[in-house]
Parts: sequence; C-alpha cells; structure tokens
Amino acid sequence: MEIPYTVEPRPDTGLYNAKLGIWLFLASEVMLFGALFSTYILLRTGNPNWVQHPMDVPLATLNTMILISSSVTVVLAWAGLRLNNFAQFRKFGILTFLLSAGFMVVKSFEYSAEFSAGLFPWTDNYMAVYFTMTGLHGLHILGGMVVLGYFLGPGAKMWKSNPKQFTNRIEVFGLYWHFVDLVWIFLFPSLYLL
Amino acid sequence: MGHDSPEAIKAEVKRYMMVFAALAVLTIVTVAVSYLDLSIGAAVVVAMIVASVKGTLVAAYFMHLLDERKTIYWMLAMTALFFGVLMIVPAGAIADHTGTSTEVAREGGEEHH
Repeated sequence: MEIPYTVEPRPDTGLYNAKLGIWLFLASEVMLFGALFSTYILLRTGNPNWVQHPMDVPLATLNTMILISSSVTVVLAWAGLRLNNFAQFRKFGILTFLLSAGFMVVKSFEYSAEFSAGLFPWTDNYMAVYFTMTGLHGLHILGGMVVLGYFLGPGAKMWKSNPKQFTNRIEVFGLYWHFVDLVWIFLFPSLYLL
Repeated sequence: MGHDSPEAIKAEVKRYMMVFAALAVLTIVTVAVSYLDLSIGAAVVVAMIVASVKGTLVAAYFMHLLDERKTIYWMLAMTALFFGVLMIVPAGAIADHTGTSTEVAREGGEEHH
C-alpha cells in the first residue's frame, strides 16, 4: 500500500505529511531546549556566587559563522532540486556536510582546551549547563550529519524514482537544520558572552 | 511554501544571500557589544534583542515562515504559549521573595516590639 500525502498536500492541513511531522518535532524541540534555557536562568539568577568561566569567544564566533553558512548552503541545495539541478544539490549538500563537520572539529578543540584547563561538567553549575546545552546541540549536529550523509549517499537514489518526494525530504531536512542553527544563535550569547 | 518558477527561485536565492550577510553582520555586532562595558542587565537585553532579530531572519526566510500554511502558524502559536509558560517558571521564582532575608529581618524586628 502506498503511503499517502508524501508529495501532494493533505486537504485538511494543506501540508504534505513529512512537513507537518517535522514542525511537530520542532515544536517538541523548542520545549526541550526551552526547559534547558529555563533551568539555566533559574540556576544563574538563584546563585549569588555564580562562577562564569571565560570561554573561547573567537572559536565560538567562528562556529557561529560556520553554522550560518551551512544554513545558506542547505537552502541553496534545496533550491537546486527545485530548479531540477541535481548537481547544484550535490555541491551545496556536500558543502553543508563539510561545514557541519567543521563545526564539530572546532567544538572538539574547545572541549579539549576546557578539559585541559580542568573544566568538566561536574566542576560547577556553569560548566554543567555549558556541557549539557552545547553537548545536546552537538548531538543534533551529528544527527543532522547522519541524515544528510544518507541523502547524499544511498538516499539520493530517490531523485530518479520520485524527484518530488526527494525534494520534499531535503526541505524537511533543511527545516531541521535551520532550527539547529537557530538554537545556536541563542546559545552563543547566553553561554559565551554574558 | 516556495513558488517553483525558476525566476521566483532565483529571486529567493538572492534574498538568502542578503539574509546571510545580515546574519554575519549581526554576529559581529553581538560580539562587539559584549566588549562594551555594559551592566549585566543591559548586556542581556542587547544580546537577546540581537539574537531575536537573527532568529527571526532565520525563521522568516530560511524556514520560509513568511509564507506558510495556517496549520503551521497555529502549531507555532501553541508552541510559543507553552514556551512562555516555561520562561514564566524562572521569572516567578525570581519574583518570589517569600522567606528571603528582607522579610525574615522585618518579621524579626516586629517580634522585638
């Protein structure tokens, strides 16, 4: 039996199923990260002896630029498919993958420097919040890389059999990726600059 | 939603590049402001305003929320409502001064009379 509404929109929602699904998932993600931000505010304002360790702002700024760039490359990859140009999708898809790998490499440098300085998740509340939030965000990047790797590799076969559905899949992946970028946009000032 | 004529897609791509430039400039602004000698309250307000502008640009253009179905707007409105509740929890805790030293001191003072 064929799964309905993978390409054409459902009459009641006006959306194809995967798009409705990803927005519901992103709503749950807002609550997940929202709970962590809420915890951070509560811990920080409730502790008069809050210790804020100086973080590596240049490296975090570089990572912000990397993530913003990857958001652009994702929409350019999607635009390529809509223009029926698979080569453009492939080029910008690979670039997105490389940028996300770059983000993880920079993050690993940061974590190593922090471990070398004796800063661990159990050091104090700030470090616990920092590692929990950036770690969870990093896991989201890793998850995105796995999905994108699939679409650039074995999953790309669908472009030949069902190009519309493949284009929709990349749109849905893009929405997830922009959300991960959006979370970082708030994490960066909250954890590094304030 | 996206309109699929090649001209419309190419116009979108131009907009994406402009948004990218705006996000890059705002990132530099965020970092620059952090080097100013602002009080923590002012620094939080400025940082969150800049982050909100950046977030709005990402949501409006990259996630194409400027032109979406009502279903998504309703879903996001519900998400915003519950997110607001999550943020009210720490705000309520901060505003709650029951049992703080000021009140204890005042009650202690009253006992002496």
